[in-house]
Amino acid sequence: MASSKKAISKVTPRLEVKKTYKLYINGAFPRSESGRVYEVSNTKGGFIANPTLASRKDLRDAVVAARAAQSGWAKATAYNRGQILYRIAEMLEGRADQFASEISLASGVTLRKAQDEVATAIDRWVWYAGWSDKLSAAFGATNPVAGPYYNFTIPEPQGVIAVAPAENFLAFIDSIAPAIVSGNTVIALVPGSAAVAAMTFAEVLATSDLPAGVINILTGLHDELAPWAASHMDIDGFDISGIDKKKRTDLKVAGAENLKRFHHFDGAISPTRIYAFMEAKTVWHPIGV
Amino acid sequence: MSFYGIVDGSESSLKRFLAQLPGVDQVGAEARAAMLATRSIKTTSKRWAIDTAISMVDLTTLEGADTAGKVRALCSKAVRPDPSDTTVPSVGAICVYNDMVAIARTHLDAIGGKHVPVAAVSTAFPSGRASMEVKIQDTQDAIDAGAGEIDMVIDRGAFLSGQYGLVFDEIVKIREVCGERAHLKVIFETGELVTYDNVRKASYLAMLAGADFIKTSTGKVAPAATPPVVLVMLEAVRDFYQMTERRIGVKPAGGIRNTKDAIKQLVLVNETAGPEWLTPEFFRIGASALLNDLLMQRMKMDDGYYASPNYVTID
Repeated sequence: MASSKKAISKVTPRLEVKKTYKLYINGAFPRSESGRVYEVSNTKGGFIANPTLASRKDLRDAVVAARAAQSGWAKATAYNRGQILYRIAEMLEGRADQFASEISLASGVTLRKAQDEVATAIDRWVWYAGWSDKLSAAFGATNPVAGPYYNFTIPEPQGVIAVAPAENFLAFIDSIAPAIVSGNTVIALVPGSAAVAAMTFAEVLATSDLPAGVINILTGLHDELAPWAASHMDIDGFDISGIDKKKRTDLKVAGAENLKRFHHFDGAISPTRIYAFMEAKTVWHPIGV
Repeated sequence: MSFYGIVDGSESSLKRFLAQLPGVDQVGAEARAAMLATRSIKTTSKRWAIDTAISMVDLTTLEGADTAGKVRALCSKAVRPDPSDTTVPSVGAICVYNDMVAIARTHLDAIGGKHVPVAAVSTAFPSGRASMEVKIQDTQDAIDAGAGEIDMVIDRGAFLSGQYGLVFDEIVKIREVCGERAHLKVIFETGELVTYDNVRKASYLAMLAGADFIKTSTGKVAPAATPPVVLVMLEAVRDFYQMTERRIGVKPAGGIRNTKDAIKQLVLVNETAGPEWLTPEFFRIGASALLNDLLMQRMKMDDGYYASPNYVTID
């Protein structure tokens, strides 16, 4: 008996525990309302995971969560927002190896390249964290006006921003970090195989002091979700960097109804990515009163 | 005195009648309510449900900070919930504190809202802790000011300590004050009644005493209008109709904040009491935030894209 048991354990590998990836909405991990999933495989066709195929109802729920969280997040001091972004970098650093192996597995890049990508992503969080308390100095102004007034221009966050990044981890980070640092809340529409690392990143967020609803992550198809996000009246801006060029015009037309702001970026980090989803408020204050 | 030939109003007759009511199967009621909540209502049915729900809303403001201006704004919204869309029906009623009744009635009449009644919360709402004289005066005052519906609270302390006669007499007296001039809704505050059995007993007690409507809650106590509680009350009005041929209305209030919740309530009504109850005459939803969500869902169905709270009024 003893010898046969030994033989079995030799030929039977341990069963792998595959993770079920859900969505990240309002600080929780709900399943899709639709119950749908899709398959992510490695470059050789081997099964990796079943991320959730989010539906437009999930998008609607995410918008409600993002809207509810927005005023509180915008009211947090710039100092506090910067701390929290830095905290995300810290938590990401602690799990860098896991991210590198997941990215390498899902996208087929070498482990070395994946490690570089994760390191860059961590650096981006630190970089954007530093911007939180410099925005009003960089983009605000005291304006000379012809009258007995002080005239200030103050940059304010727009509100709820949807982002549709390209199918890689760095593009995902590059779309959300600049959107939230100013006080916006975001709904990220993460496509295809990028879902795996994005949902692991949601676990980082869940343990990093970020208030619930500030970042919401939906995985699935841009073609399915982006038109609904574009026409949604309660989304104020849309980063369409990851959307096919030919499809951008239709989205912009759909978003015209609420004057939604559309932007796409070439990937370079820049404070203009932050300012893109801010708006200027001008205040007139009488002198001598 | 005889009430529907069922009780004579005495403590003993009430106790006897209420004691023989079957107990509520708690697990069964909760399971049935949960099962009915899974019904999916789509497209034209959903559109009908939204409009029906709008016409059933008792648009409510019961805050210490209420002002005449806020009440007038709410009245305007009650008559034309969506100023840009004339096909949206008026709501069922405006529900305000007593001192706001005259303001609401005058404003409604002035803006073409004669068809929208004003409901007043009376009898020392929300606690009900006042002497009978005060409660009667409170009610009379509201009716004189133009209230077409009186939402009274029962004395939960008396009910829970088994003084059914006391609770019954109070409802009877307020019924007399209302007479033909005002509809009477009786609020149980189900969150304080603790058990479904108590909800069933309170329902029969109020119906026998002459209530036109039975209402779950004041909106000041949680839990309020949970689906199983509404289910138990709907069963009570259905069975009471079979006993007496008199149709009593039901008004869940408190905690119904979005379209999904409202449609769940309509499903409960249809499947429990029956489609005869699916009119504002016999079913009302006490709410304030709900109306905006109904309007936004309606816009979504009309426009084909999701609406924003920026396009409905803040109330």
